[in-house]
Amino acid sequence: MAAALLQVKGVSKRFGGFAALSEVSLEVAAGERFGLIGPNGSGKTTLINCVSGALRNEAGSIVFGGEEISRLAAYQRTRRGIARSFQIPRPFHSMSVLENLVVPLGYVARLNDADAHAEALRILQTIGLADKAQTPSNRLSQVELRKLELARAMAARPRLLISDEAMAGLAGNEVEEVLKILFALNATGITIIMIEHIMQAVMRFSQRVICLDAGRIICEGTPADIVKNPDVQRAYLGA
Amino acid sequence: MSFELLLEAIVFGVLLGCFYAAVSIGLSVAFGLLDVPHVAHPAVMVLGSYCTYLLGRYGLDPILAGIALMPLFFLLGVAIYRFYYESFEKRGSDAGVRGLAFFFGLAFIIEVGLILAFGVDQRMVEAAYIGRSLALGEFRIPWRMLVAFGVALVLTAGLTIYLSRTFTGRAIKAVAQDEPALRLMGANPVRIKQWAFGIATGVTALAGAMLIVVGPVEPSLDRVYIGRTFAVVVLAGLGSMTGTLAAGLILGISESIVLMQFGASWAPAVAFGLLLVVLGIRPQGLFGR
Amino acid sequence: MKFWIGVAVTVALATGLALSRANEYFFYAGFVVLQFVVLATAWNILGGYAGYVNFGTAAFFGIGAYTAVVLFKAAGAPLALQILAAAAISGLLGFGTGLLTLRLRGIFFSIATVAVIFIMETAMVNWRYVGGATGMQLLRPPVMEPFESYTRMLFVAMAILALIAVSIARYIEVSWIGRGLRAIRDSEEAAECFGVPTLRLKLFACTVSGALMGAAGAAMPMYMSFIEPPSSFSLTYSVSALAMPMIGGTSHWLGPVIGAILLGSVQQIVTVTISSEINVLVVGVLLVVFVVAAPDGILGLLKKLGWLLRSSR
Repeated sequence: MAAALLQVKGVSKRFGGFAALSEVSLEVAAGERFGLIGPNGSGKTTLINCVSGALRNEAGSIVFGGEEISRLAAYQRTRRGIARSFQIPRPFHSMSVLENLVVPLGYVARLNDADAHAEALRILQTIGLADKAQTPSNRLSQVELRKLELARAMAARPRLLISDEAMAGLAGNEVEEVLKILFALNATGITIIMIEHIMQAVMRFSQRVICLDAGRIICEGTPADIVKNPDVQRAYLGA
Repeated sequence: MSFELLLEAIVFGVLLGCFYAAVSIGLSVAFGLLDVPHVAHPAVMVLGSYCTYLLGRYGLDPILAGIALMPLFFLLGVAIYRFYYESFEKRGSDAGVRGLAFFFGLAFIIEVGLILAFGVDQRMVEAAYIGRSLALGEFRIPWRMLVAFGVALVLTAGLTIYLSRTFTGRAIKAVAQDEPALRLMGANPVRIKQWAFGIATGVTALAGAMLIVVGPVEPSLDRVYIGRTFAVVVLAGLGSMTGTLAAGLILGISESIVLMQFGASWAPAVAFGLLLVVLGIRPQGLFGR
Repeated sequence: MKFWIGVAVTVALATGLALSRANEYFFYAGFVVLQFVVLATAWNILGGYAGYVNFGTAAFFGIGAYTAVVLFKAAGAPLALQILAAAAISGLLGFGTGLLTLRLRGIFFSIATVAVIFIMETAMVNWRYVGGATGMQLLRPPVMEPFESYTRMLFVAMAILALIAVSIARYIEVSWIGRGLRAIRDSEEAAECFGVPTLRLKLFACTVSGALMGAAGAAMPMYMSFIEPPSSFSLTYSVSALAMPMIGGTSHWLGPVIGAILLGSVQQIVTVTISSEINVLVVGVLLVVFVVAAPDGILGLLKKLGWLLRSSR
């Protein structure tokens, strides 16, 4: 395995008396396609919130590109190369699709306005939203919103992209479209962590998968191993 | 400060504190549980005081007047929530900013409306228990404080029991915690919130009656009560009823001590100072998660 | 470019008027309207762009006024210095308030700003040096050339202040700061995740906004020749500063200017012809009507109208 881009070491997070994460450790290599699965409430979103900086972990450390980041604010982590899409899309709803991308292009990539607009248009073209560039973002359809989430994440020029259920609620051909985009991004060298409920998609996409249950890692391996693992089946089927 | 004075300040503070808890309890439901940015709560309360004053001119006892006003204010609350919901909550985006501006404007309209109707002079009511004191050895405790104290306790206890023991009460608490779950169970969260906001406003009518029992009332009195009621609700931890009582006591006792030690001109700042400190240090309140 | 020509024309016009033979009452009323332009524009930097509703305009305004009085009483400082110092102190107050409360959800910030008003007012009530609860009279210094009266000079000062405020607001709006603030208003969490240093930007907006409000307040004591706590910290300033942008439209720097000129003028007329209570009522009612029926204010209505005209053609 190549040098780890992201190292999560013994991370714990509690909400009141509820342990959302206990001593989770994992490593993601540079350029890897990594899948994170687990039943509802297993701590997937909490874990990526801790990685992206929306939450602060209580114990453990998070190392990104060789640097301890667990005390950094979210925007500082983004500037170091961690971008995410939101499970429920959160566009800047008063802005056009294009301007949504100009925010990270200005604040993370530090482009001036003219360059940022050109670059935003280029990203929209690769992701298939160019014809909506001037549309107010609150008039997009579900699949367009998902694409906007990914396009905006790309505009932050990430080394690591965390895709939080980017395909939930989409139709079959739309899932294919989003998958294609993610494969293309990975091909450009971006490491991707995919959190997904659509098993078929996450298994096809990931090179390696970790399954969380009740805040702990219950198994880790290739997609083929994971599908066969009895613990995973128990966690999902509740048997 | 001598020991006797301190004791007196504490006794007075306890009475005052229960009163503060009672005037905040409507807000504790409206803001703490329902998450409505109801900055017009103190203005509605002062409106209640003036209604009590009007009924008092026909010889009705202020506390009875407050109780008689409760159904009317319940309807007023239902109407306010309905309007707020249709205009802001339902539309979603930017509801926070405009909802706040709406309630701020509403408070102002009530205040200026009262000035136009009654003038800026102070108004008070008459009752057998106003103006007399209970002598307990060295202490003299005004009866009006004792009456307000009693009503406050009954009101706080009543609402606490209502919220924890009745079906609707539990539904109100549930709506605060997990709206989607309630929807799945087939309950209509909007109707529950509307009902709860009605109750919160109804209770505020009685709080207004107590307000005019405790002392004279003027239209701009709502301003200082923005600080007192929000300090209590935030200090309590949003939506906690027992917390509201405890927070009211903390505010009442601190205000009473500051009043005796430094004089009346510093007292209004106590609530606001407490509010700022709580927001700065422990915004989840003393009894919050 | 067009904007700067507009600024130059306005300065020339205001100075020209002040040197003309126009009725003294015009300047007396015009000063108040311009003061509202400053307050509304300042409010909008935080409230309109970033979506943090500040109820505390009166606190920053009042502290500005008292800073001016202290400087005047202690050192006989000239008006310009009073205004600068007031801006600095109120800016500091804005920074402090922001530091304490801007990490919190919107409404807590709003409530905290009400608290700041009362704490500042109580402090001034208890401060003997500036007259305590009863306030104090101030003797205006002789007016400077070329102005005919002190009120005219104050009018020009406030006009300049209004233009500075509008220029700052406009700069913030079109720059990357404005884009960041809008991102915060739309979704603070997403903004932070896409590289916007949310806390820092909010603090910046709160400081600038507070400083401008304080600068507006600094001219008030000389205008009234008097200062006292209740009128300096009057909630009317808070309501007006919030209502005017909401009525004019919060998304463009022109919105607060339109709202302030319109509402300020109406208020002046109503105060003279009917009563000062009614004029406050007008503000409250218009605020409620606009937030409910026309959330994008007059500018939004105009935009819709333009769109209608174009599509009907």
